[in-house]
Amino acid sequence: MNFELTQDQKDMQEMAMKFAKNELMPVAAKYDEEGIFPKEEFKKAWELGLINTCIPAEYGGAGFSEVEAVMIGETLAYGCMGINTSFMANDLALLPIKIAGTHEQKEKFLRPFTEEFKIASFCLTEPGYGSDAAGIQTTIKEDGDHWVINGEKMWITNAGHADQFVVYGTIDPSLRHKGISAVVVPGGTEGIVLGKKEDKMGHRSSDTRGVRFENVRVPKENMLGAPGEAWLIAMKTLDYSRPLVASAALGGSQRALDESLKYAKERKQFGVEIAKHQAIQFILAEMAMKVEASRLLVYKAAWQVDQGVSNTEVASYAKAFASDSCMQITTDAVQLFGGYGYSKEYPVEKLMRDAKLIQIYEGTSQIQRLVMAREILKR
Amino acid sequence: MNIFVCVKQVPDTETKVQPNGDGTFIETSSIKWIMNPYDEFAVEQALLVKAANAGSTVTVVRVGSVKDTEALRTAMAMGADEAILVEADDNLDSYSIAKAIKGGIEKSGKDVGLVLCGKQAIDDDCLQVPQVLAEMMNLPSVAVIVGFEQSGEKITVKREIEGGALEVYELNTPCVLATNKGINTPRYASLPGIMKAKRKPLQQLSLADVGVETGDRRVVYSDFSLPPEKPAGKTFDAMDEANQASVVAEVVGLLRNEAKVI
Repeated sequence: MNFELTQDQKDMQEMAMKFAKNELMPVAAKYDEEGIFPKEEFKKAWELGLINTCIPAEYGGAGFSEVEAVMIGETLAYGCMGINTSFMANDLALLPIKIAGTHEQKEKFLRPFTEEFKIASFCLTEPGYGSDAAGIQTTIKEDGDHWVINGEKMWITNAGHADQFVVYGTIDPSLRHKGISAVVVPGGTEGIVLGKKEDKMGHRSSDTRGVRFENVRVPKENMLGAPGEAWLIAMKTLDYSRPLVASAALGGSQRALDESLKYAKERKQFGVEIAKHQAIQFILAEMAMKVEASRLLVYKAAWQVDQGVSNTEVASYAKAFASDSCMQITTDAVQLFGGYGYSKEYPVEKLMRDAKLIQIYEGTSQIQRLVMAREILKR
Repeated sequence: MNIFVCVKQVPDTETKVQPNGDGTFIETSSIKWIMNPYDEFAVEQALLVKAANAGSTVTVVRVGSVKDTEALRTAMAMGADEAILVEADDNLDSYSIAKAIKGGIEKSGKDVGLVLCGKQAIDDDCLQVPQVLAEMMNLPSVAVIVGFEQSGEKITVKREIEGGALEVYELNTPCVLATNKGINTPRYASLPGIMKAKRKPLQQLSLADVGVETGDRRVVYSDFSLPPEKPAGKTFDAMDEANQASVVAEVVGLLRNEAKVI
């Protein structure tokens, strides 16, 4: 057992924190308020190697371990959970290629992301199919040496700026899981119709919208795996991405704890700092305990990926626990700040709004519990 | 051009400083170290000069303890090519540090094109090493520079003086320059840069290797202590008009006789 990061990892974490504090925190409130996509920060983060952390070294990436990827994700989310969602969506849309792509596909669809700044987008969810992803209706039909995609996607992160999409569809909706297929679609391909940007409660800087695919044609070689094999690809993608998403919740939780500690030592009521009141101490202790427990789960789920062992069970614990804790911790932070917490003058109300989404996307907290139950009942 | 950058490792600005047991320095056991912020400008300037002069090298030099090599790692992660570390106590005086840096630079065996330093370290604020080093190396120097332009062997620098005015100097390389905030914006170390840094050469030397002897110490710290705590201020109640005159007399009396400021 070893809970210590290496010196290199600590240096990387420190650098990521410097970036989060200098580049993300100063713009977070404005971007949230005005719904500004963080393109400039995205590009800066790319230049520094903070995004696309999943790309292996042999395709031009840094070759980070999953532990390093979650460490970086946690730190960027500390700066802004919303901006980090845009960053993280790149990895989510590159992971299926890393997991299921052939050598040629990785050269074609991963390497360019290491050579210039590009944005990727992952399209699975549909208006009528969220948790029930196996029911998706978007069709992928064969036509000579092309695939033709038709259907409508919903809640697609980065869609408005994407240079490349990974689109899930089915070769036959009646096959459910067994029909699911995935293709890589270059941004700007004819027939991609973008919906309007969603006006969301939180993560307001991230670009989320519907996308319609109308007779979108891509060459045969753009399919990941064989037709009907993509359900497995999606499940494997989740094993990698759940620790990442959980790390975003962890970063938000740590931020809420740090803001609360600072405020509790400054704010005075009844003649003393509120940190001296036991009622406040209990809130702070509860927050810190949940942050620590979240961190252990998140890093274990990532470590299991690096060890090559199945992490489905622990990744679900990590995703559900870290995001549920983040919701509780950020809500408590608003409570601790009192009226100031409810005001946009202070950062905690945004943390609370941002926390909510992490309980929903990438498998709701309820879906995570179904996964856990399935895993433990297998024994 | 071979560029040398002198860096110091200083306590993080949020550190609560305490004297050590025998009062010869501050307690360093739990300090988080960072590169002296003014040295970051020097490193950045060196990297800019390197980029503009093909075939240049950037060597960072530090004199201090080997417990943590944060400053050198950061400089190499930002893009410096190699590092020289002269092992010494962290409370060495400016004269010995300058002599050790000079020795370290000589040990590298390289011709010196340019030496860059931060204008001062934020821990002891001595503002001495760059000037002492330049004198020892017999090189021209300008400190507190906020502007830098190079044309071949000629370097034009701007130096801040009182009242916000600028002095402009022209020097020939080699020379020693000490950077101030405003000269550039130091880059972040990229993540690949951090990973590459540990494979870059780091030469470790002792004070003896660079010719510094005990007798070189001009200043020896003997008694670090915290400044005395300020006593609580006195408050006077002059809300009642009836006693305002006597309160004023009392305050003036105290300012004259106790505080001795009037």
